Amino acid sequence: MQASANADPKGESAPVAGILAEFDGPGALKKAAVQIRDAGFTRWDCYSPFPVHGIDPAMGVRPTILPWIILGMGLTGLTIATALQWWTNGVDYPFLISGKPLFGLPANIPIMFELTILLSAFGAFFGALILNDLPKFYRPIFSSKRFKKVTDNGFFIGIEASDPHYDSKKIQSLFRQMGPLSVEEFHDTDPQGALPKAFFRVGIILFLLGLIPLALALKSRHSTSSSPRWHFWRDMDFQPVAKAQRASAFFPDGRVIRPQVEGTFAREQADDNPHLNQGRVNGKFATTFPMKLSMEMLERGKDRFDTYCAPCHGKDGRGQGLVAKRASTLGEGTWVPPSNLVDPRIEKMPVGEIYQAIRYGVRNMPKYGPQIKVEDRWAIVAYIRALQRSQNGTIKDVPEADRGKLK
Amino acid sequence: MSNELSSVDFLADDPTQRAPLVSPDLEFKDVTETVCGVAEKPRPPKAWYVAFGISLALTGMLFSMIAYLVITGVGVWGNNSPAFWGFPIVNFVFWVGIGHAGTLISAILFLFRQKWRTSINRFAEAMTIFAVVCAGLFPGIHVGRIWFAYWLFPIPNQMEMWPNFRSPLLWDVFAVGTYATVSLLFWYFGMIPDLASLRDRAKGKIAKLLYGIFSLGWSGSARHWHRYERAYLILAALATPLVLSVHSVVSFDFAVAQLPGWHSTILPPYFVAGAIFSGFAMVVTLMLPARLLFGLEKIVTMRHIENMNKVILATGMMVGYAYAMEFFIAWYSGSPSERFVFINRAFGNYAWAYWIMVSCNVFIPQLFWFKKLRRNPWVIMFVVLFVNVGMWFERFVIAVTSLTRDFTPASWGYFSPTWIDIGMLVGSFGLFFTLFLLFLRFLPIVAISEVKGVMPQAHGHQDGGHGEVKEAAEAGASTNS
Repeated sequence: MQASANADPKGESAPVAGILAEFDGPGALKKAAVQIRDAGFTRWDCYSPFPVHGIDPAMGVRPTILPWIILGMGLTGLTIATALQWWTNGVDYPFLISGKPLFGLPANIPIMFELTILLSAFGAFFGALILNDLPKFYRPIFSSKRFKKVTDNGFFIGIEASDPHYDSKKIQSLFRQMGPLSVEEFHDTDPQGALPKAFFRVGIILFLLGLIPLALALKSRHSTSSSPRWHFWRDMDFQPVAKAQRASAFFPDGRVIRPQVEGTFAREQADDNPHLNQGRVNGKFATTFPMKLSMEMLERGKDRFDTYCAPCHGKDGRGQGLVAKRASTLGEGTWVPPSNLVDPRIEKMPVGEIYQAIRYGVRNMPKYGPQIKVEDRWAIVAYIRALQRSQNGTIKDVPEADRGKLK
Repeated sequence: MSNELSSVDFLADDPTQRAPLVSPDLEFKDVTETVCGVAEKPRPPKAWYVAFGISLALTGMLFSMIAYLVITGVGVWGNNSPAFWGFPIVNFVFWVGIGHAGTLISAILFLFRQKWRTSINRFAEAMTIFAVVCAGLFPGIHVGRIWFAYWLFPIPNQMEMWPNFRSPLLWDVFAVGTYATVSLLFWYFGMIPDLASLRDRAKGKIAKLLYGIFSLGWSGSARHWHRYERAYLILAALATPLVLSVHSVVSFDFAVAQLPGWHSTILPPYFVAGAIFSGFAMVVTLMLPARLLFGLEKIVTMRHIENMNKVILATGMMVGYAYAMEFFIAWYSGSPSERFVFINRAFGNYAWAYWIMVSCNVFIPQLFWFKKLRRNPWVIMFVVLFVNVGMWFERFVIAVTSLTRDFTPASWGYFSPTWIDIGMLVGSFGLFFTLFLLFLRFLPIVAISEVKGVMPQAHGHQDGGHGEVKEAAEAGASTNS
């Protein structure tokens, strides 16, 4: 920093870096600038506490390319926004909202606009800093004590020693003709720069430490592990969900399964046809079907049976469905084998009891009431009866007139 | 300072000549001295300590409440069916609105060559940044599980999901994020030369180091100034549409929804006018005591305050027009729900809030029609404080009255805030003032280099074009134009 440069004991003995002249106000500065420009110097500059109006033509400064950089950045922002929205919502993760097009212009304009502005602003800010060679904490000109006035009320012209036309005596006499407030040589007192070394050391250490998490992430992406994924936020892993038959810490009676609220009834409790809906007549299992049997009903029952029942009970009802076979192969300890539906035990059951087993489940078999409609349940019962008759039947079941056909 | 001030009549209104932008007896050196002097005093005024102590305590309260909220959940707020948007969204819109004045003064007035802005733009920009900080806080904590707030951004993730870019809420993320970033760049960029002033005057080791780092080694080179001015102009040109877009996008949060009272095309311009209105009121609220406290009366003159009061009067009228027009549109729409919602706003169970809003925003600013009143510090303070209150209520009325009276009467309700809601609103003011007081203490609170550029001395030795300069052979000769 320039302060430390001033404190440097080397001071005047350091190599000369150029000549600095101070002028009285913006008008004098501009006039002097014209002369320096016309004398053909190239490595020189004017310094002032505010931008002096008209100094650019006086110095011969050409317009900066900054606006083009900003335009480029703005167009980049527009492209990024368009591509980002099109790809994320239209291609990679299609977001269907009320059947609207996946990529339509109007809804995507706000973000296109914002990103265009954002990147343009980055272009203006960082572009101006980079073109101005900032940040640069040390410049030889800072070693002049007088130069501190440049941010207050000082107007300076500095010519660097590296200029091809540099000749200290000639330049000093040229400056003196312009009536400056002062003319002096400035020295390169601190060629190493001004920021304390510790900054760089700390910076490097922090940078290296910052790489560790990235390296760990990269490593885990390219290796396998048998342990479960690491959860930073475990709040969805532990949910206060009530499980059946467990004690509840929430309800005072400790029951998880809540009793029916007083004064209410469930839909099925308002049943005006227990024969049809529950398979019961006068509280006992019904022995008859609540509707007339038909060939259509049997076919419907076969279709439903093959869908819902056959996976365990098998298509012939003997309890040899694919699931049952697989479970007995695996030797699952908790597996209760499905009943053989053509067994005489079930053959003797009233139809109401089979209906109830479908509706409410039995032993390990879950209830199918929610999945199978009332009429379909009866159709399945009818089809089970058909399976039983077809597999356990005797010659007596065949009408006498048709017995001859069997032989 | 105030004694010297009374001898200078730089408020005179002589139409034959342009009024000086700062007190005409100032030299370049005085500007540096006055502004840097604020940050260089070994101790700030006692009032600063009192204000800072209170603000810091309120900030502490705000963050304790946020901690409580994060640990417990959003149930600590009064937000509940049907008003799921309560204080957090109201506060968010309020603070974003406040944040509009800064960029408006810096950018739009810059493009319109309103040079009087130079005395107040730094101040207003700082206010913008801090208001946007307060604004950004509320949606951040409103998401509930704030550790997932990064889901707002399109970051590739293991769920292979992307945010919905067609939602106004996501537009909001981009609009407010861009606005905060660009405002910060604009503010800092303008401050670099002034930080260099502080660097060159600094005595203490830490001050030298920190001002040195943040001024980036600025040297005042004309070649640098050239690019700097170009960049500043373009930043202003970029920030101008941005400032108009931000509150438009915020208004889309409401306008794109189908709720009666929200679903209206008037909302974007109405929100922008309201934002400028509230922002200027907040600038004046802060500027009036600060210029006295830090002796800036010569740089920030009564004329500056008066100009801002005129803007407040004008935008207040626009807001009043929007209030009236909303009623007209509700009637003209022929929709019974729209009509009901607006009649309910003015005469229903939130009529108290509605009439606070109308009184503070439309009736009270009418005092500024009178020159005497808009130059009287007590009257000004009275008006701008009420405008601040009124603009908060405007957002409250919009958000809450519509939510609690939607299409289905079965879901009607009444919103009541909890003490956490109110504490967070008060605490956000603490955060705002804490940041602002730190800015007043440590940073150049007036744009030093810009003020110097508009002083008569900067053009006093004007030589016209560069051809004339070439001919001015005699060194040191000065021609007055």
